[in-house]
Order: sequence, then C-alpha cells, then structure tokens
Amino acid sequence: MSLALIAVLPFLGALLPGLVIRAGRNACALATGAVTGLAFLLLVSHAPAVLRGEVIQTGIDWLPALGLNANLFLDGLGLLFAGLILGIGLLIILYARFYLAKADPMGQFYSYLLLFQGAMVGIVLSDNILLLLVFWELTSLSSFLLIGYWKHLPEGRQGARMALAVTGGGGLAMIAGMLILGNIAGSYDLTVILVQKDLIQSSDWYLPALILILLGAFTKSAQFPFHFWLPHAMAAPTPVSAYLHSATMVKAGLFLMARMWPVLAGTPEWFWIVSTTGLITMVMAAKIALFKDDLKALLAFSTVSHLGLVTMLLGFGTKAAATVAVFHIINHATFKATLFMTAGIVDHAVHTRDITRLGGLRRLMPITFGIALLASLSMAGIPPLNGFLSKELMLEEAAHTIWITPWAMGVLATIGALLSVAYSFRFLAHGFLGPVRQDYPQKPHDPGFGLWAAPGLLAVLVVVIGLFPMATAAWLVDVAASAVTASPVQVHIAHWHGLSVPALWMSLAAIGGGLVCLGAYPRLRAIWNAAPRPDAKRIFDGIVEPLAALSRLVTDGLHNGSFGRAVVLAVLAIAGAALWAFLGGSHAPGTRAVLPADPIVTGIWAILMIAALATPFLHRSRITALILTGVVGLLIAPLFMLFSAPDLALTQVSVEVVTILLMLLALHFLPKDTPAESPLPRRVRDGVIAGIAGVGIGALAYAMMTRGPAFTPISAFHLAQSKPGAGGTNAVNTIIVDFRGYDTFGEIIVLGIAALIIYALSESLLRNAEVTRRLAAQPRERESGDRHPMMLVVSTRVLLPMAMMVGVYIYLRGHNLPGGGFVAGLIFAIAYLMQYIASGYEWSQARQRFDHHVLIGWGVLIASLAGVGPWFFGLPFLTSGYQYVDLWPLEEFELASAAIFDLGVFLCVLGAVLLTLASLSRLALRTGERASTRAYDTEGHR
Amino acid sequence: MEALLASVIGLLTAVGIYLMLRLRTFPVILGLTFLSYAVNIFIFVSGRLAVNAAPIIGTGDTYADPLPQALVLTAIVISFGMTAVIMIMAIGGYLSSGHDRIDLDAGDDGEAGQ
Repeated sequence: MSLALIAVLPFLGALLPGLVIRAGRNACALATGAVTGLAFLLLVSHAPAVLRGEVIQTGIDWLPALGLNANLFLDGLGLLFAGLILGIGLLIILYARFYLAKADPMGQFYSYLLLFQGAMVGIVLSDNILLLLVFWELTSLSSFLLIGYWKHLPEGRQGARMALAVTGGGGLAMIAGMLILGNIAGSYDLTVILVQKDLIQSSDWYLPALILILLGAFTKSAQFPFHFWLPHAMAAPTPVSAYLHSATMVKAGLFLMARMWPVLAGTPEWFWIVSTTGLITMVMAAKIALFKDDLKALLAFSTVSHLGLVTMLLGFGTKAAATVAVFHIINHATFKATLFMTAGIVDHAVHTRDITRLGGLRRLMPITFGIALLASLSMAGIPPLNGFLSKELMLEEAAHTIWITPWAMGVLATIGALLSVAYSFRFLAHGFLGPVRQDYPQKPHDPGFGLWAAPGLLAVLVVVIGLFPMATAAWLVDVAASAVTASPVQVHIAHWHGLSVPALWMSLAAIGGGLVCLGAYPRLRAIWNAAPRPDAKRIFDGIVEPLAALSRLVTDGLHNGSFGRAVVLAVLAIAGAALWAFLGGSHAPGTRAVLPADPIVTGIWAILMIAALATPFLHRSRITALILTGVVGLLIAPLFMLFSAPDLALTQVSVEVVTILLMLLALHFLPKDTPAESPLPRRVRDGVIAGIAGVGIGALAYAMMTRGPAFTPISAFHLAQSKPGAGGTNAVNTIIVDFRGYDTFGEIIVLGIAALIIYALSESLLRNAEVTRRLAAQPRERESGDRHPMMLVVSTRVLLPMAMMVGVYIYLRGHNLPGGGFVAGLIFAIAYLMQYIASGYEWSQARQRFDHHVLIGWGVLIASLAGVGPWFFGLPFLTSGYQYVDLWPLEEFELASAAIFDLGVFLCVLGAVLLTLASLSRLALRTGERASTRAYDTEGHR
Repeated sequence: MEALLASVIGLLTAVGIYLMLRLRTFPVILGLTFLSYAVNIFIFVSGRLAVNAAPIIGTGDTYADPLPQALVLTAIVISFGMTAVIMIMAIGGYLSSGHDRIDLDAGDDGEAGQ
C-alpha cells in the first residue's frame, strides 16, 4: 500500500502549504519539502527490491466494469522517473523558497507544485492506462496553473493557455489511442498489455493506435511540429521552467514512449515516425536555440532539441539505443535543471535574461559561473562530464542506423551535436566570459547559499556521474532499460572506446564545428536575421482565433442575454427532435386497458383545468396568479391520493402550503402587478409555442400511459423486498430511506445547501446599502388594523403542540404507513410558520432555542452517522438493519436503523424550510416592520 | 382517466412555458412552479395509473409502482428548494437594480464583464 501512498502523498500534501503559509515562508517551504521528502523516502525504501529486478504492485478496483482500476506498479523505469520527479522536486522546492519574491503568494505556488508532482508520480506509477490518462490530464491542468502563476503577466496567461491547448489536445488523441490499445489487448492494465507485442502489432488497429498515442507523447514532449508551445511556457517562474520543462513534464512524453516501447516499438512504422520526428526536432530546435537571446528561450529550445534526441533514440527500436535514451534522460535532467536555475539566478541578480546585455559575469558571479560552466560543458558533451558519455553513445548508435541512406543519420546527428556545442558555448561565452560591462540593469552579485545550493548539488552530480558512471548511474540505467526493453540489460559506460570508433570522430567534428560557429556567430546571426521564418505563435493564433470567433458567434446567437429567446429555442429544439422521432416510428394506438372515468376525479380535473387555464389570462395581478397556482398545487394532492400515492399526497399538500407562504412573503418585496408590456403578436407567439409544448407533452404522456412499460420495471424487487429486506411495509418509504438511501442522502444535502444559499444571499443583500435604502423606501400597503389577531394568535399557539404530535406520529409510522421524515419535517415547519404568521417573526425568533443552520447540520450529520455506523459492523455505507422489540405493556414494535437516517432527513427538511423563510423575514424587518414585543401584541398599530 | 391526466400534464406544461416567456421575474417563477407540477405528475404516471393499490405491503393484491412515487416525493421537496433560491435571487435583483425585468437592457450585449 505504501506504493499508493507515494502517489497520494503529494495530493494530500497540496492542502498543507495554504495552511502553513500563515506560519511563515520558511515553514511553508519546509512543510512542502517534508511531503516530497517523505514520498521520496518511501520510494527509496522500495528501491532495493526493484534493483533486484522485482516489480512491486498494488491496486484497488475502482470501476472494474469499465476496466478502470487504481492499479500501481513500480519497476525500473518507474523508479527512475519517480526518483527524478521527487528528487529534483525537493531541490526545486528549496530553490523556489529563495526565488519567489515577497509579493508572490507562496502557499499557492507550493500547492500547485505538489498537485503537479502528484500527477507526475501518478503517471509513472500507473499500471492501468485509463488511470494513467487521468493523471496525464491532471499534469496538463496543474501545469496550466503553474505556467500562469504570474497572473498579472499577459505572456504568462497566453503561454499557459497555449500549453494547455496543445498538450490537452494531444491528451485527447492519446485517450482514443489508449482505448484502441486496451481494446486490442483485452485489458487496460499495462502489465497485461506489455506482454502482448505480437497480438498488438499484428492488429489492423495498430497504426491508428500508434499515431494517436504518439500525438499525445509528441505534444507533451514538444516534438516537431508541436514544439512551439514550450518556449512560450517560459513565461512561468524559473522554478517551474526548471521543474516542468526540463526534468519532468516534458519528459512525460518520453516516459510514455519508453513505457510502451515493448509493444509499440520495433516496427517500420514506429522507426520512421518516431526517429524522424526526433531527428528533425533535435536539429531544428538546436538551430533555433543558437539564435535565441533570452537565456530561458535558449534553454527551452535546447530542451526541445535534447528531447528530440531521446525520441530519436527510442525510435531506433534497438535495445542498445533505448538504453542510451534512458541514460541521456538522467543526464539531461541533471544538467538542464541546473542551467535553468542558473538562468534564474542571473535574472534575479542582473534583472535581465537578455544575453546581449550580459557578459563578463565570470568575475562578478564566480559561484554561479562555476555551476553554469560545469552544466553547459556537460550539455555540449565535453569529456569527462556526463553529457559527453550519453552523447557519445548516441552518436555511435546514429552512425550504425540506416535512415534513407547509410550515412544520413550519422551526418545529421553530428550536425545536431555540433549545434548543441555551439549554443552551449554561446551561453557561456556571451553570458559569463568577456569583459565586465558598466551597463547592467543592476549590479550583479552571487546569490545567497539558499539559491545556489540546489543547482550546485546538481552540478556535483554532473561531474560525479561523468567521472564514475559505472558506480553512480549504470545500475539505475540497467534496471530502467531492462524495464523499457522488457529484457535484461547490462550496460557498460566508458570514456574511451579507442580510435576506431566513429563516435569519437563525430564528437570531435561537433566540438570543432561548434567552436567555428561561435567564432563566426555575428555573420551567422546576420544570415539568420535576414532569413524569413514562421512565427509559431501567429500561426497558432491564426488557427485558434477563428475557432473562438465561430464558437462566440454560435453562443451569442443562442444566448443574446434574453431569457425568453433561450427558452423558445430550447422548446422548439426539443419539440423538433420529438417530432422527428415521432415521424420515424409506428403510430398504432396503445393497447393497455384504460381506467374508466370516475366522477370525483373528473370534478377535480375540471376545477384544476379551469384554474390553470385562467392563470395566463389573469396573471398580471400577482396575488390572483398566486392563488390560482395554490389551487392547482393543492388539487394535485387528491389526484395523487386517488391514484394510489398517499405519500405523495401528504408531501404535495405540505410543500404547497410552504411554497405559497414563501411566495406571499416574497411578493411583499416585489411589485404587486406585472405591467402589460408584451404586444399582442408576441403574446400569441408565446401562446403558440407553449401550446406546441403542451400538446406534445400531453400526447407523450397519453401514449406512455396507454402502453405497458418497454422494459420490465425493477419495482417488483422493491415490493418483494420491502418487508423482508428493509423491515417496512411502506414500499415508497423503504425505497427512500433504505434501497435508495444514498440518493436521499444527496438530496437532503442539496436541500440544505439551497437553504444556506438563500441565507447567504439575504445576508449579502442586507449589507448592500442600495438594497437597504430601497427596502426602507418600500411603499407601505394598506394593512389590516388588527395586526396580530387574538383569535389567530391563540389558536396557532394551541395548535403548535398538536401539530408537533401529528408530525411525530407521521414520522414514526413512516416506515410502514404513509408518512416519514420528509412529511414530518414539513409538518413541523408549518407548525412553526403558523407562529410566524400569527405572532410575528421577532416574537417567534426570540423564543427559538435552536439555530436553523444547526438543524440542517445535525440533520446531515445524523444521516451520515446512520450511513457510517454499518462500517463498524463491516457492512457497506448506509446498510440498514432492523429488529422487533417486545416491550411490555406495548405491542411488539420495530426498531430500524433506517429510522435514524429518516431522523436526519426530518431535521434537514425542517431546518431548510425554516431557514429559507426566516431569511426572507429578516429582509422584511428592514421595510420598517414594527416588531411586537409583548406576548399578545393585539392592539392595532395605527 | 388516462386522457384526463394527460390533458392536465399538457395544460400545466403549456401554462408553465407561457408564464416563463413573460418578461418579469415573478411570472417566470410561477411558470417554473407550473412546469414542476407537470414534470412531477409526468414522472408519477410513468408508473402507470392504478386505483386502490397504494404500495403498502399487506393492504391488497396488486400495488402501484413505488419507484416513481419515491422519485417524485423527493422531487417535490427539491423543487421547493429550487423555487426558494430563485425567489431570493429575484428579490435581490429587484432590490439592487430597482426593476424586475429578466432580460438585459437594450444596448447591453449580454457579455457583462468583458
């Protein structure tokens, strides 16, 4: 399980920084570091087993029906990547502590960082490709937050958006590819997929799956032609660039290709697509990097170039090349993260990253220079640093690979290496060497230890891995490459392979050529500046902006701010779809026997129809409209009663009473009449549209009622199990509190939230000066002289305990006879509301002991307790039980755990209804309503 | 009796939509209430009509379908909550703007905040 903990820790830890930031920035960084450090230690504790060649697995079924299981596994490749993510993550946390300015919200930064870290760890540990996709999208989202961290910078926001659009789009393609792959393999578990190479590669769907998955990998790893987003993402704070864009996120694409290597690689399609893309990316990005003046842009394109290199190696499809790819991933992470952090230090110290304004920093920032020197020499591939080792191996592989002609690959790889040397040297020469200048934006100086500690440590790694590769890196390369190639790998890394090795001469040519490029830089630059080149951002905007304009056109056409227009369009669209479906079907009349008309039903029907029909004509007088609505609502209750739904009848009556009271209260604040502002044609149009909808729904209802159900209803189960299973004879109640208790649980929470929204809204209204002014200026209606009529006051107070007794009775019998928590809550609410009506809000409020909010809270809490309780008996959430109790002198009665749940429902409903009406009443007090103070405030107030 | 219920559903729907197409908040809310009635009855009758067959075990030989009833019971309560939320929004809108029209004023392109 500790494997799952590694992936979960960063997510849980993401809550910490926001809390701990109150204790200061050091505490915040420390807390974040502790989370990552703990995850790292957990990982290390698994390392010995993985190094022995074991694969550690853990998992829980999440949605087994979809094949989506939260299965994790740790093999050599996962160990390498998780180690990089967590290890470099620790260094970045340290670096960011000293990098971020005082004004930057640090808690937010660390929270985002941990979210991202969790998502990355999730990707590399996933054993299920659907789970992997979830984490994949999470990295896109969390990196969006990190890139756009400096929200005030438009480049930051645009860069974040572009990165999200490109990587998110690729992610969508990858989902399709993974689904195809899972379909071929018959499982979504990687450990199953990875052993089915022959099946997958012989499938007709291999090529589509390959292309779609590669789209995801190429966009994420900024491979040509999707390389353009990475430089724009450099608007992010430098710790983000160092973390996401050198060490982790852009490597997710590489990870995926390495992960899928055993089943996808080795075919001609794989070779041509992957190695060609990698080669083009490597050479082209290196060329662009040479001509970039922004230090971070230079590093960004060099990153793209090195990612291309690794992609190319993976594309070769040979075991040796894949091993070199793994080695270069390690080396690149060390020297590139170092260089990014160095660029950040320079930016911090000199207040510019423009290389043309730098130079001569060697003397002013000796420590920074030392670190940058080691890292950039490694990037250039100068012996004996680690970059040299993997570059040499890469050139060797390229020299032996036949791509179009036997020599083309070798030549192009050498050109790539040459350009890499050139820009690495330019980074050093133009940034640090040369004379000290007088015109720096700010006088440069070395930073404090905190800022250079992290890059310094990585620079030490660069040297140590370079000097002792067999001792420091080979074992990790062995296990990771064994996992990538699904066969045991024993790598031998050496500095000297003899004079007959082509790589030596290629390497020498690259270094010589690089030096020549640097010497001739001004001339090359002139050629570069003169040459036309496409601006990727303009092309991207050119594609995205028309699409955005199109969607805006559609949206504005549908929603121009007129509610009526939206309703009309929706009604017509639904009616059109229904008509289309109707015309396509058969039109035989229903065969189900019809019930004969009953005089009582017909009578109710007649009144209901008249009241409903009158409403549109009389609605402008709002009181009249409300009364008609009340008539309709109350008449629906006996209909429910007559058609065998006593529970519904009870609920409908009580809700109707509460609703009408609410609306009456609301009408107190609103105009009492609706002005006649629609012209006749518009009213006719609305009538026709409403008529179409009404006829359609009515016909549909008739058609449904005169036919039997298309599928056998599942109700038979509920009826049969109501008594033996749930211990109650009222099948409706047992469904609510037992069979579908979880739904009800959600519903009472929704109801509670609705009441809280109403409270919050009325609260904010009361704070608004404009609103309170308008409230105080409300025109006073003519009021009854008898403000709190004696008869009403006395009778409602007498009724209160009786109503409550009825409520308790209804609640208690609910499990077996019509009633239950919903109805009981409403009856209690009405009993209280009667007091509000008769004696006034203030009077009732002063005598109320419980807050309405508290009732809602208790309701949800008790319902949750009823849900959690069964856990202690090893049963699932909300399992109910019952027991018959024989207690003399009472008759035998039943104790059901569902009654506890129903009590929660009861309290929640009661609290929600009272809170709603109390919120409105509080507004009313501001209209100059005079509060009654005495027990019987009976005298007229005017 | 199926025809009676179907006509009730149809009429309540029509009245509800007609009121929702008015230009002021109060009739729109009433319209929504009518529409809720119609929808609730519609869901209820999807269990088909039955008389003297309340789903109380032991009271008869056949029982009405209890499932739509349970759905509608909670729906009735939830529609109260929904109506109440919209009502307070309508009141807030009226008190803060001084009118209770639902549509944006002419000239306002409907993209507030851009």
